[in-house]
Amino acid sequence: MDYVLSNCRVVDFGWAAAGPILGWLLADMGAEVIKVETRNHVDTSRSTADNLDRDIEKDPWFHSLNRNKLGVTVDMSQLEGTDLLRKLIAISDVVLENFFPGVMQRFGLDYESLSRENPGLIMISLPGLGSWGPEASTPTYAPSICALSGLDSMLGYPGERILGVQQAIPDVNAGILGAYAVLAALVYRDRTGEGQHIELAQLEGLVSCLGEAFLGYAMNGRNSETQGNRSAAMAPHNNYRCQGEDQWVSVAVGTDEEWHSLCNAIGNPDLAADDRFDDRYKRHEHIDELDEIISAWTSNLTAHESTDILQRAGVAAFPCLSGEERFLDEHFREREVFSFYSHPATGSTLIPASPWKMSVTKCPVYRPAPMLGEHNQYVFGQLLGLSSEEIASLEARKVLY
Amino acid sequence: MSVMKHGPKQALEGLKVIELGNFISAAYCTKLMADLGAEVVKIEDPEIGDEARSNGPFPQDSPHPERSGLYLYLNTNKLGITLNIETPVGRKILLHLVRGADIVVENNRPGYMAELALGYETLREVNPNLILTSITPFGQTGPYRDYRAYAINCAAAAGVSLSAGLPEREPIAPPLSLGHYQSATVAALATMGAVLARSRLGRGQHVDVSEAEVWATVHTGMMMHGYVVQNMKRIRSGYRAPGLFPNGILPCKDGYVFLVTIRGAQWKRFLELVGDGKIPEWYANNPNYTGTYLRDVAERYADEIEASLAPWLMSHTKEEIFSLCRARDIPVAPIRTIEEVYASPHLRQRGFFQPVSRPESGVYDHPGPPCRFSKTPWKVTRPAPHQGQHNRDIYQGRLGFSETELAELEATGVI
Repeated sequence: MDYVLSNCRVVDFGWAAAGPILGWLLADMGAEVIKVETRNHVDTSRSTADNLDRDIEKDPWFHSLNRNKLGVTVDMSQLEGTDLLRKLIAISDVVLENFFPGVMQRFGLDYESLSRENPGLIMISLPGLGSWGPEASTPTYAPSICALSGLDSMLGYPGERILGVQQAIPDVNAGILGAYAVLAALVYRDRTGEGQHIELAQLEGLVSCLGEAFLGYAMNGRNSETQGNRSAAMAPHNNYRCQGEDQWVSVAVGTDEEWHSLCNAIGNPDLAADDRFDDRYKRHEHIDELDEIISAWTSNLTAHESTDILQRAGVAAFPCLSGEERFLDEHFREREVFSFYSHPATGSTLIPASPWKMSVTKCPVYRPAPMLGEHNQYVFGQLLGLSSEEIASLEARKVLY
Repeated sequence: MSVMKHGPKQALEGLKVIELGNFISAAYCTKLMADLGAEVVKIEDPEIGDEARSNGPFPQDSPHPERSGLYLYLNTNKLGITLNIETPVGRKILLHLVRGADIVVENNRPGYMAELALGYETLREVNPNLILTSITPFGQTGPYRDYRAYAINCAAAAGVSLSAGLPEREPIAPPLSLGHYQSATVAALATMGAVLARSRLGRGQHVDVSEAEVWATVHTGMMMHGYVVQNMKRIRSGYRAPGLFPNGILPCKDGYVFLVTIRGAQWKRFLELVGDGKIPEWYANNPNYTGTYLRDVAERYADEIEASLAPWLMSHTKEEIFSLCRARDIPVAPIRTIEEVYASPHLRQRGFFQPVSRPESGVYDHPGPPCRFSKTPWKVTRPAPHQGQHNRDIYQGRLGFSETELAELEATGVI
């Protein structure tokens, strides 16, 4: 099997979501990712709301985020533990962590100390707001970063209260952007032999994805407001109610040509000549009337029927799919976007594929998510050369714990 | 990829990228590379130009193809040339450029490049080391590959929309073009993977990124087991995230705060803050609150508790609440507006937002850097190109066309 990365060892101190997602993507690419955990503070993704069994080996989030990784248990508050980690990092290529700023330093595992023994080391840290600056010491979770980025301030029905995005977008963005940054640093290292430290403040990563809003403020002083599904560039642009319980179809019209196609497709060709809807600026002005007209049409159809009719006419439309519909969907099935994988603790878990497809190097799920401490023997025995007795003693003294 | 004489100063220096993009996804993908030092040549249609040019924001809301804030932001550090690849001569010139490139990034509809005899197989014949990265709504294969779709449609497909908004009203897609930025970042990541694999494999490859799939996998895929196997219903619930308490956006004196505490100790400290040093009596004396697992409180008593907190919240500003909470290690945060984020002392002191100056359009602060490298800086050395700004550099300087040939190409609308 040809993997993207080979001979690349990653020590993954990630917990919750951002760090583990970064490690997941590198593991899918074939890197040997060693997840470091401790029984003293089990990774929160082992006990999410989806873990109905309340069994830390069975959390479906944990399985999605940590498949393809190896797992060791080390108590970092013991010197023997951090010594072992330092030895492991000395023979590794990448270290990733998303602890609160200063934690790695407290354990003597900061980049400066680690790179002395391993100058080619690439280390990435994903602090919420950065390791320095007036607000750096703020405890943050995904909701606080969405709040502080300006993203939440735009999500709500037009003119109504703010509702917020209610999703872990900052974590995922930090995971994918962080993985990109690590690979860029590996490209540089391939040519120079030099490693480096990368700081990705999750807030800054997310604000960078809102470019047009900040340029809009810089240019015109325009502040954010709740905008529902309205778009400055497109009208109509909304999710419309369809037949059935909580069934919706998304419809978006970007050009006059698409507008004319939509008018014909919904059996109302006269609309195309209606001067209220002449161009996108006018359609935007009369968006409420427009939404009413389209809703009246979609409400007599299912989301799939309206999608079929509009797509055949060349108009962008797609149902708002539920989880189950996505699982059954023929397109996602053909592209193998979701699959069951087997694991000794769960029997089988439904997990997502990598978010890309490549024509030569494949990214299969080749190893189930690690049980707590499952690979202590391989990592500390085979890689670091400890004897079984030494490992047993470290386990008994709760250093490997 | 050529190694610099004095060693590269930026991570991707020496990497040659061609962008055949429109609007956001391909442009942000190559911006991520250009800002790290890759040479990106952006190819635009000589007549229409990049779609982003006709999308705002514009200064004084007055549309102008050289003044779109969206275009300016997404195209820093790039070289810009015009080329009509639908003409036979244009096609040949493109193949010529591809010969010397490491990467081509495009976001045309699937099949478009192949119709022009510029599909991956053709490009590969010209340059076996080439990495072609395609970003589309549904990917290069599968029944929906030819579906027309914008960001809102991709968000619908992947279930991200269904989870935002009020339960009885229409679902709300993520604001702006977040999905385009997300697919762009995944594309940059996979492309860099292909660059690393290339030296070992001795060949390039085709990278296929679908925006719907990016939302469906890395963003929401971890919930699939819950949905499908455990039959969990997760319906959008307005300003509150379901299943946890407290976890929602509540009004205060001058706006909103995100009231979230993850650990019980943080919730206790918050209650003590509200109760001036001790847990307020309305809470302490109610066995429903104190005797219930915090997660179950969300289902039963959230409305009541929020109503009891309202007087305290409404008598404090969001920034007051933020600093009181920060001092007590409570992760409650203000909902900041774009204006407040733009002016944030924290981001300003960190040097986030950097002025980019451009003759035709003025000086504006751009977001960035999105991440900071200790040795190889992220930087903006050049503003977004004017349409065709680097035609002479590329066509004469690099491809060796004469003055007459250049004039001929211009006259025939090829460039």
